[in-house]
Amino acid sequence: MDFDLNESQGMLQDSLRRLLGDKYGFENRKAYMASETGWSRDLWAQYAELGLLGLPFDEEDGGFGGGGEEVMIVAEQMGRHITLEPWFSTVVLGGGFLRHGAEPGLRAAMVEDIAAGGLLLAFAQQERQSRYDLHDVATTAKKDGTGWVITGRKGMVLHGDTADRFIVTARVAGGQRDAGGIGVFVVPARSDGVNIRGFRMVDGSRAAEVEFSAAHAEAVLGDPEGGLPLVNAVVDEAIAALAAEAIGAMDVIHAMTLDYMKTRQQFGRAIGSFQALQHKAADMLVAIEQSRSMAYFATMAARETDAPERRRNMHAVKAQIGRSQRFVGQNAIQLHGGIAMTMEYAAGHYFKRLTVNEAMFGDTDFHLRALSDIGGLVQAA
Amino acid sequence: MELRFTDEERAFRQEVRDFLAAECPEATRQHMIAGKSPTKQMVVEWQRKLNARGWAAPEWPKQYGGTGWTPAQKYIFREELQMWPAPVPLGFNINMCGPVIIEFGTEAQKQRFLPRMLNLDDWWCQGFSEPGAGSDLAGLKCRAVRDGDHWVINGQKTWTTLAQHADWIFVLARTDPAAKKQEGISFFLVDMKTPGITVRPIVTIEGGHEVNEVWFDDVKVPLDHLVGQENKGWDCAKFLLGNERFGQARVGASRERIRRLKIIARETMDGGRPLIEDPEFRRQMTEMEVELKALEMTVMRVIANETKRAGTGKPDPATSVLKIKGTEIQQGVSELLMKAAGPYAWVDGDPDADGSNEWEVAPDWAFGLAGVYFNWRKQSIYGGSNEIQRNIMAKAFLGL
Ligand SMILES: Cc1cc2nc3c(=O)[nH]c(=O)nc-3n(C[C@H](O)[C@H](O)[C@H](O)COP(=O)(O)OP(=O)(O)OC[C@H]3O[C@@H](n4cnc5c(N)ncnc54)[C@H](O)[C@@H]3O)c2cc1C
Repeated sequence: MDFDLNESQGMLQDSLRRLLGDKYGFENRKAYMASETGWSRDLWAQYAELGLLGLPFDEEDGGFGGGGEEVMIVAEQMGRHITLEPWFSTVVLGGGFLRHGAEPGLRAAMVEDIAAGGLLLAFAQQERQSRYDLHDVATTAKKDGTGWVITGRKGMVLHGDTADRFIVTARVAGGQRDAGGIGVFVVPARSDGVNIRGFRMVDGSRAAEVEFSAAHAEAVLGDPEGGLPLVNAVVDEAIAALAAEAIGAMDVIHAMTLDYMKTRQQFGRAIGSFQALQHKAADMLVAIEQSRSMAYFATMAARETDAPERRRNMHAVKAQIGRSQRFVGQNAIQLHGGIAMTMEYAAGHYFKRLTVNEAMFGDTDFHLRALSDIGGLVQAA
Repeated sequence: MELRFTDEERAFRQEVRDFLAAECPEATRQHMIAGKSPTKQMVVEWQRKLNARGWAAPEWPKQYGGTGWTPAQKYIFREELQMWPAPVPLGFNINMCGPVIIEFGTEAQKQRFLPRMLNLDDWWCQGFSEPGAGSDLAGLKCRAVRDGDHWVINGQKTWTTLAQHADWIFVLARTDPAAKKQEGISFFLVDMKTPGITVRPIVTIEGGHEVNEVWFDDVKVPLDHLVGQENKGWDCAKFLLGNERFGQARVGASRERIRRLKIIARETMDGGRPLIEDPEFRRQMTEMEVELKALEMTVMRVIANETKRAGTGKPDPATSVLKIKGTEIQQGVSELLMKAAGPYAWVDGDPDADGSNEWEVAPDWAFGLAGVYFNWRKQSIYGGSNEIQRNIMAKAFLGL
């Protein structure tokens, strides 16, 4: 085990750090958010140039052959700037489906476009009743000649309003909550029977409600009746990326809090001199360091091929980081006082991203319950 | 000691409920059930109805428009309003500035301001905090200088809640810069229409506009708008802050939110069954209910004690307990509400811009739940932060 970055990893981190340092200040971010797409196309092109968009794909598919470690490095930097671009939806989620589920021909064609910045993907899985259960799918897929038609409604589709193609979970057979009978389909966004309603989420990201009415799928990924393991594998990798993003955001909000504690004067001295606050700030660091360890563990665990074992570990990751990020976010606001309650101050925006990150693909309660239901991490002798 | 509500008190509760049923506009109630703050118009309309009934300021002495109720009745009244839910009497008028004028003001000030406060003919706001003076309120810099037949105020206030609605502002300003911090401060009543006052909005993290900066540039204030003695404003401030802390227990409001939470938890599916059937979620909710019950009794004890303390001009340090626990419960419940909505809590603002939810991007009840959670982080910061409350307790109770 080696926690240090190798040379090319170091270069990746440096170049991204430089780019975001230049282009992703608080004011830049506000402008990107206010723009029509809600994020920066210009930066998207620069991510492509840096190789971030083709990062996790095999070189023979036109990618850069990066692994979980490289994704972690990038996600952490994205978290440090709470970026708005659809990197997570397109490269981590969408890319995950292509890597694990697509036919070589389709994969190569799409990877090339993704890597060049010309193709955006969004994962359409959430339904009104499904909450955090990936297997709770009411949307249907019906055979139509050689292809499939999709009908149903998906909600909170991250970056669904700018996506070119949706990766959609739909039920081919079985009951709404059966693990079997779920397929994963690729549906072009601008096609008949696809109705998209975009909106902004509380953390500044864009999302959409997407209605499929007998929309034609252009491809099916993997076994149309056995897609759930694919979904789980992709989501588990995504959880590792979310973990790294949370670390980036927590590090920044914590540093911001410490800076403020050193400069803000009340009662004739820096508020950082009050022990009650020092202890809170120290507890925040404890939580962050535990989370950082969990983020490494997430990257390690995500490549596990034994699916139940992988799931088990990802539950632990989400539960630990989820708690920590809530604690860190709430206390960052508290230690700042009123200033952090304003839209004009960055801390609140980090707090909001941390709040959304915590519950994405299952909140702390969900994962703790799931983990305890399967007996936790430590087996009784 | 007699630890039960009397028949009279139970009858009184029914009387309040009947009044709410007959008089509280349904639109106001539904607006508040949805978790939104009542609009200015809703607050004004309701305050006037309360005033017409003689219930505008239950805590005031009877000769100024109070009710003469027993402590239990005062408690019941507030609880019933919050549980309905209906707006409570406007805090700035009824629980902050009014009591200060009653305690420290002149007869002329009482005559002039109190009736208009009761009827919300004047909306007041609180001009205490400044950019450099938050927890350390006595470090304030806003200056008032006497110039012939008036005072001239210069400086900046911030975090002024609902100053955009206000007709008047009560202001702490420094009148003797040479004196020790607390000793050179005075308490002023200032007409918001006075030339030289500028109000600038501050947008809070959930996107709402409830706080403001208020700037004073050579603002002339008549001499008789000083409350109490010159340089003795800190006594008014301490008295007022004690009352403010008291108001933050909001037991009825938390009970109403928990009721709402239960309805939502019945509608939300989780793991193929209603969320309310999840033992862990129920446990978290029940914990809140248990703490709330204890707080309810604590509030009643503090109210009962209030009668004994009347006239001492000093707040009960136990109000710090109410402030800490009341805000922790409210924040905890807002967190559970957001959690109940799951991903659907994340829709920002109002995507249709008209409240119609025509797009149906989330269930009606899910809108704004994350926003309230974000916004309510303020509760442990304002009104004397919860850290400051602990400092107060350490000094007043713990002998440390
Ligand atoms: C939404 C909102 C509405 C408000 N409305 C009004 C209003 O209408 N009128 C008005 O006058 N004010 C209002 N306030 C201001 C509020 O009272 C102040 O925010 C509060 O007093 C804290 O001051 P501060 O924000 O400057 O934080 P600071 O005082 O700078 O505190 C920062 C942190 O340091 C901690 N701290 C400070 N001193 C100590 C100490 N001695 N020991 C331990 N910890 C300490 C605090 O607890 C906090 O965690 C409002 C604030 C908010 C957020």
